[in-house]
Amino acid sequence: MLLEIKDLRVKAEDKDILKGVSLSVNSGEVHAIMGPNGSGKSTLARILSGHPGYEATGGTVTYDGKDLLEMEPEERACEGVFMAFQYPVEIPGVNNSYFLKSALNALRKHKGLQELDAVEFLQVIREKSQLLEMDQSMLHRAVNEGFSGGEKKRNEIFQMAVLEPRLAVLDETDSGLDIDALRVVANGVNSLRSPDRAIIVVTHYQRLLDYIVPDFVHVLSDGRIVRSGGKELALELEDKGYGWIDAAAGARA
Amino acid sequence: MAQVAERHGTYAADFEVFRTTPAFGPEWLRDARTAAFARFLERGFPTSKDEEWKFTNVSPIASTEFRRVTGGPRVTAAMLEPFLYGKTFRLQAVVVNGRLSSELSSLSDLPEGVTISSLADAMTAQPPLEGPSLKTDHPFVLLNTAFCEGGVFVHVEPKAVVTEPIHVVFVSAPGAAPALVAPRLFVVAGEQSQCSIVETYAGVGESAVLTTAVTEVLLGPGAMVDHVKVQRETATAFHLASTFVHLYRASTFTSQAITFGGRIARNDITATMAGEGAECTLNGLYVADGDTLVDTHTTIDHAMPHCPSHEIYKGILAGRSKAVFNGKIIVRPDAQKTDAKQTNKALLLSGDAGINTKPQLEIFADDVKCTHGAAIGQLDDDQLFYLRARGIGQHDARNILIHAFASDVLNGIAHEAVRARLEEVLVEKLHLPS
Repeated sequence: MLLEIKDLRVKAEDKDILKGVSLSVNSGEVHAIMGPNGSGKSTLARILSGHPGYEATGGTVTYDGKDLLEMEPEERACEGVFMAFQYPVEIPGVNNSYFLKSALNALRKHKGLQELDAVEFLQVIREKSQLLEMDQSMLHRAVNEGFSGGEKKRNEIFQMAVLEPRLAVLDETDSGLDIDALRVVANGVNSLRSPDRAIIVVTHYQRLLDYIVPDFVHVLSDGRIVRSGGKELALELEDKGYGWIDAAAGARA
Repeated sequence: MAQVAERHGTYAADFEVFRTTPAFGPEWLRDARTAAFARFLERGFPTSKDEEWKFTNVSPIASTEFRRVTGGPRVTAAMLEPFLYGKTFRLQAVVVNGRLSSELSSLSDLPEGVTISSLADAMTAQPPLEGPSLKTDHPFVLLNTAFCEGGVFVHVEPKAVVTEPIHVVFVSAPGAAPALVAPRLFVVAGEQSQCSIVETYAGVGESAVLTTAVTEVLLGPGAMVDHVKVQRETATAFHLASTFVHLYRASTFTSQAITFGGRIARNDITATMAGEGAECTLNGLYVADGDTLVDTHTTIDHAMPHCPSHEIYKGILAGRSKAVFNGKIIVRPDAQKTDAKQTNKALLLSGDAGINTKPQLEIFADDVKCTHGAAIGQLDDDQLFYLRARGIGQHDARNILIHAFASDVLNGIAHEAVRARLEEVLVEKLHLPS
């Protein structure tokens, strides 16, 4: 088991958001987390990445046998956890490729590998940028500065390709993408599917799952996973919308 | 009051001694010095009642007996090493305690069209140079005029293009007693000439020092001067500097001023757009920590039409340091089509650091563009988290963001080795991991 979440309860800004989530993810699997606005999808992604705005008030998260919640965000990244941000932040003055080289070398150092020099790094970059059909000029610009929404998301997956995580959490990576950009991003993600890697795709819409076909789909509502199933569950949601889930949750409450 | 008068008494005694030395200069200079010193005694050191000195308390200066340095410790090339930039500059004028040192300077094989000499010699040989520095009432400029013993004079002949940068190093090296140092740099860039000047202020020794630096740059029509000023004195130094830039028609002045502070570091920079189509860029980065204070007062005086001016000042404040930024832009009635942009940003790295920032626009023409902006803030938590979420440790992430903040000023420095050295100094100064 790569990731085991047990009865996780999370608070943000004094509000209970996750109210007991349990989820098990093995290497090689792709899990989709779906749910209406405010159901707690992004909170789940952020607590896994170590975002300081979220506090776990109960439950456990075990990643590769370790207590994930005890780890600093950089430790999680070094141990192979990657989050593709829903809203990637712009960092003026920090060159994209310098940033990525610092990140990659931090990971390599953590693993006891030699840091890459400029030439070796450039080789990695060249290969991975083709995967995402990235314009090379994006690498020389400041991190996300002046990037379109699509470019930002593409840049996130590009970083994922370079950093080669063991667990990738994609937080609404599809939002704000037109169909062409969606295809490119999804192709990038698919090419990173591997028996050694697990991917959690957080999305509001089923559309992304046409391109990144999940092994499991979980529906989150009001801070709890209310249904889990195979990829066909996403289609059912597409047909029926989220209304029936809310009704079901309401009836149960 | 009596105590203050007494302090001035030591300046007066030193001035009388100085008067008897050859360095006091020819008649016009004797007159200028005497007038400046009389004016200084009359007005005294500024107090917080002076609008221009409201937030900068100079009482530690007023209450210290700074003496004119006659001997001072020997300054060796090895002591200067940390303040130089390897072999970047072949042309190097080194001024120790206000006097040009022929031993430490390397001024052989000057490129065609440029003269670099002791300002003392220039002041003796040339007819009076009536620069704006002789017309000001600024107390520390008055002190400098009274006590300056000859800094550096750079003269670039009309149409001379000097591609090799000129490095002028001012070293304050007090002996056992607190020292008054009065360095001066005078640059005259002839019509359509081009040159690049780097000024570095270095400090060695433990005692307090009052550096009253004056830099004057006159740009003839169409002249281009690229200027860098680096201030790196000791933590006990008081750096009170005034820079006067006079731009004639279609001349261009670009400056990056990097201030690493002392106990008090104050820069008064006045650029006068005295001819049509002149263009001026005044950028600066100041870094302070501990209990220090950095004060920047800039004045861009648009006297003539069609002059763009650009100004970006950035401050990084740690510890209990304080900063003052006052950016004045004057647009006189004739200065139509002025395009003036001013930005001041401060990054506060601690809750005890603070800044007083004030744009001051005085606009008397109607067809002009003037913009200004000020922003004060901490490191951005979202940016920090983004970097950390990619595996970059907290200290490195802070380091990256601080460098990014400083980058638009540091990147304006054309000399790669200077930029690289300053980035290192920034890291050392803020105790950041490199």
